[in-house]
Amino acid sequence: MSNKLNYSMSLAKPDAKDFSLKQKVAIGIGIIGLFILVLALFNADINHSGWVLTTALGLIVLGTIWFSNSVYLSESKGIKNDGVWFKSISSRGLIGWATGIVLTLFYIVLYFYPHLLGLGKDGAPNTGLVALFDPLSQLLSGRPASQWFVYGALYTMAILVFGYKFFLKYRHNRYEQIRTGSVMFFQLAFAFLIPEFMYVMNSDLPYYDLKSIWPLNYYLFDSWSIKGFLSAGTIGLILLIFGVVSIFIITPILTYKYGKRWYCSWVCGCGGLAETAGDPFRHLSSKKLSSWKLERWLIHAVLVFSVVMTMATIYSFLGNNPDSYWLTKSLFIKLSIGFLSLIFLLFMLFKRKEFGKDAKNASIGYAVVISLVLIMHFTGTTDQIFFIKSSSLRSAYGLYIGSIFSGVIGTGFYPIFGSRVWCRFGCPMAAILGLQQRLLSKFRITTNGGQCISCGNCSTYCEMGIDVRAYAQKGENIVRSSCVGCGICSAVCPRGVLKLENDGLKGRINPTEILLGNDVNLMDLVNQNN
Amino acid sequence: MEHIVIIGNGISGVTAARHIRKLSDKKITLISAETDHFFSRTALMYVYMGHMKFEHTKPYEDWFWKKNRIELKNGYVETVETESKTLHFTDGDTLTYDKLIIATGSKSNKFGWPGQDLNGVQGLYSKQDLDALEVFAPNKNICKRAVIVGGGLIGIELTEMLNSRDIPVTFLVRESSFWNGVLPEGDSAMINRQIKNHHIDLRLSTNLKEIVSDGNGKANAVIIEETGEKIPCDFVGLTAGVSPNIDFLKGTSIETAKGVLVNRYLETNIKDVYAIGDCAEQREAIGNRRPVEAVWYTGRMMGEVIAQTICGHKMKYNPGHWFNSAKFFDIEYQTYGWVFTKPKEGHLHFHWKHVDDTKCITIEYNASTNEFLGINTFGIRMRHEVFDRWLTEKQTIDYVILHLGKANFDPELYHHFEGDIQRAFKNQLQNLQL
Ligand SMILES: Cc1cc2nc3c(=O)[nH]c(=O)nc-3n(C[C@H](O)[C@H](O)[C@H](O)COP(=O)(O)OP(=O)(O)OC[C@H]3O[C@@H](n4cnc5c(N)ncnc54)[C@H](O)[C@@H]3O)c2cc1C
Ligand code: SF4
Ligand code: SF4
Repeated sequence: MSNKLNYSMSLAKPDAKDFSLKQKVAIGIGIIGLFILVLALFNADINHSGWVLTTALGLIVLGTIWFSNSVYLSESKGIKNDGVWFKSISSRGLIGWATGIVLTLFYIVLYFYPHLLGLGKDGAPNTGLVALFDPLSQLLSGRPASQWFVYGALYTMAILVFGYKFFLKYRHNRYEQIRTGSVMFFQLAFAFLIPEFMYVMNSDLPYYDLKSIWPLNYYLFDSWSIKGFLSAGTIGLILLIFGVVSIFIITPILTYKYGKRWYCSWVCGCGGLAETAGDPFRHLSSKKLSSWKLERWLIHAVLVFSVVMTMATIYSFLGNNPDSYWLTKSLFIKLSIGFLSLIFLLFMLFKRKEFGKDAKNASIGYAVVISLVLIMHFTGTTDQIFFIKSSSLRSAYGLYIGSIFSGVIGTGFYPIFGSRVWCRFGCPMAAILGLQQRLLSKFRITTNGGQCISCGNCSTYCEMGIDVRAYAQKGENIVRSSCVGCGICSAVCPRGVLKLENDGLKGRINPTEILLGNDVNLMDLVNQNN
Repeated sequence: MEHIVIIGNGISGVTAARHIRKLSDKKITLISAETDHFFSRTALMYVYMGHMKFEHTKPYEDWFWKKNRIELKNGYVETVETESKTLHFTDGDTLTYDKLIIATGSKSNKFGWPGQDLNGVQGLYSKQDLDALEVFAPNKNICKRAVIVGGGLIGIELTEMLNSRDIPVTFLVRESSFWNGVLPEGDSAMINRQIKNHHIDLRLSTNLKEIVSDGNGKANAVIIEETGEKIPCDFVGLTAGVSPNIDFLKGTSIETAKGVLVNRYLETNIKDVYAIGDCAEQREAIGNRRPVEAVWYTGRMMGEVIAQTICGHKMKYNPGHWFNSAKFFDIEYQTYGWVFTKPKEGHLHFHWKHVDDTKCITIEYNASTNEFLGINTFGIRMRHEVFDRWLTEKQTIDYVILHLGKANFDPELYHHFEGDIQRAFKNQLQNLQL
């Protein structure tokens, strides 16, 4: 009903289920916790001894858990999407917009004005919100907190508590539960705790989240990072090698076996937040064909940018003299071009068919990278590439892609564009995994014969904006580079039409209309005519 | 250029149009008085429940039609003049065709109950029904109780819809158990419990006598046939089945019975006039199928076939093995092949139910040859393709039970029940032999 549209802009919900008293109290408790954080942020004169922080976080956790229990445990197990498009928060209503604006402001402050959060400048003691987190940081690694520590702690907490909520919401679905357990674990252990402990072990090591892989982790090959690893002795070298191995060996193997989901919806922190805190917003992604076109253009442009930027960064700190270090600028260029060409040729030789119409775009992408690299080599100097300072290229990437795109737009705009804006339009890691998933993976979403009733639940709830129904109603498997394998389309389908599976490569992409129901001869004919 | 006119932009008409476009360059006009663009009727419930907005029910973006040169006409066809091949619209407009496809779907049944035309009394079929529902049952304050009459698939959907807005529902079912004209006893009983677990006031073996007016033309109570009980309510849903929507063909030379009569080529008695989908009635039934088959899949399959015929590959409508699906609150249901309420003569049923009371299967098979004939599965998804093959290969029930894992279509990491089912089957066999 079109008049539903207006409901979402009003604070009162005329027809959707309202919150019960218990739920309101739970929300209230969570808000008190948040309010303490806000008080700290504005430097209210509060005690920074640790118990205030404990209380604040405790109240938030308690509120969310109580709220989730009350919403889900009292109801039968099953799909819980009643009223999603009526609630202001989840249908771009007033509360949705307000949340989006607050989140966006938070990200802007975090990235660009950390002193507003209370980060002490030049070794001065922290104040405000950052100081509030000092005790926790001291406890874990014996150093004062930074804005990143605060962010990491809040981020981890969000994944844990909303993960719990998600767990209850999908308690009929073991795939969703185990997957959520996995993202909660990886966030807590790999992104939050282990880096702190590694610091305790060896304070020379740069912050390293083991599961954050280049090119998502675009600073892995920065000179400070490389120097940090190398100066940290054997352990540093091992970690650096692990970083290279993860992108070139571990990633392709796992993606071949399970699709990109092993990373995007089981391990990755960005994905983790999207799947837990972002879950109430997944249906807000755009399903338009035009968005898909924009997506493919943008994400591959970011990929090209990140590859060239990384090569430029490495290039700029290499020397020319083979006697001082074996890897010289020109050898590096040769190796890189050789490697990229090899991959490109292999794909073109063996995967030409799967590429389909995209072969042309892939060739353009390849040509662009190679020419940029060559231009760089022949016009660049030690500190100038593309006629600009090499470090400015790297900072431009960090600023526009690393901060604004992934943080401010990617997360701040959850309640407006849905939870996977960054993953869909910007993440270079997703682009690489996506290419593999489409061309060289056993993963697909199988369609169950002719059972689809074109209802559209799958498309609506696909956070990546994939028009799943367009495939399902034709009886076609879904093999899309952007699918993160969250499994929600399969969960919400009321007719049991979709199943995420890993199976042989043969018959994985089946673009003919093999709709079951009509007798087979007809289908032969339909396929012949195609 | 030949002009193909299709009345009705539901799944059958749209499938026909799309396939004709794929196969040819003919001029195509798609007519409907309901909505400008095709939407999925099966998804109406999700709009009311707030899972989707109406725009999400449209399988194709609005630019699709122009791009594929399918002309859309919003208008209600009042009559068809087959001599001059002309359609007349209620607004006086006319349109001529070279070939006509009638795909006008169904309308909700009303059995002449007193008060059936009051405000707040309606079926659930069209977009307009959905809009009316928002007027008469928008929330539990305006609608303090709703009564649903008719225990079929649409009835239970409407019950679930109202329940999602916390509106108390009384569900009147004529049969002694939900949908037991189709479901075997064990299956049906489990759904009864599922309905009651969702706090629905389920009244089995109960008929509607009349609907009472509040004096201002709006319903405010119903009276039960058997007990004379008066149940106050603000909304009455009539969901006692649907029938072909063909009243506008009265007085034309197109032959009709319950629906528009067609042969296996989906041709009516008039040359160049065809009928498909819910509104078509087979002159002779195909296998165990009913002559009028008001399901989504039938409309789609007929649309595919008629496109072939119209584009010069004359083709019989030859549906494969029967399949269907539905969802009863939280329990998904799929069926492949034929499972009857009671086993047909010479047939037997094997029934298995999980202790949690949300999963069960019933298999019908031939008692002497053990041939597998069909399966109902609740709460466990099964593969269409696999059962289709097994039915074609005429596998035995023993084979099916042994290989049931191959047919499982539940999401990865789910618990499996094949072992449990196999044990239950062995036990039943032993009991039979004793
Ligand atoms: C709530 C609901 C849930 C359902 N769920 C399922 C399900 O889960 N599975 C399943 O298999 N089936 C289901 N069905 C049945 C399925 O939707 C129908 O079988 C199918 O939509 C019929 O398609 P059709 O193209 O034949 O007709 P319709 O979809 O009815 O389309 C006919 C169109 O023609 C228009 N029309 C009629 N007469 C005229 C005229 N004279 N002039 C102009 N236009 C006219 C109508 O307004 C309508 O838009 C459901 C039906 C409903 C109502
Ligand atoms: S297609 Fe399905 S599994 Fe893939 S991202 Fe979309 S909802 Fe998730
Ligand atoms: S949710 Fe299922 S039935 Fe509905 S359109 Fe998607 S695949 Fe088809």
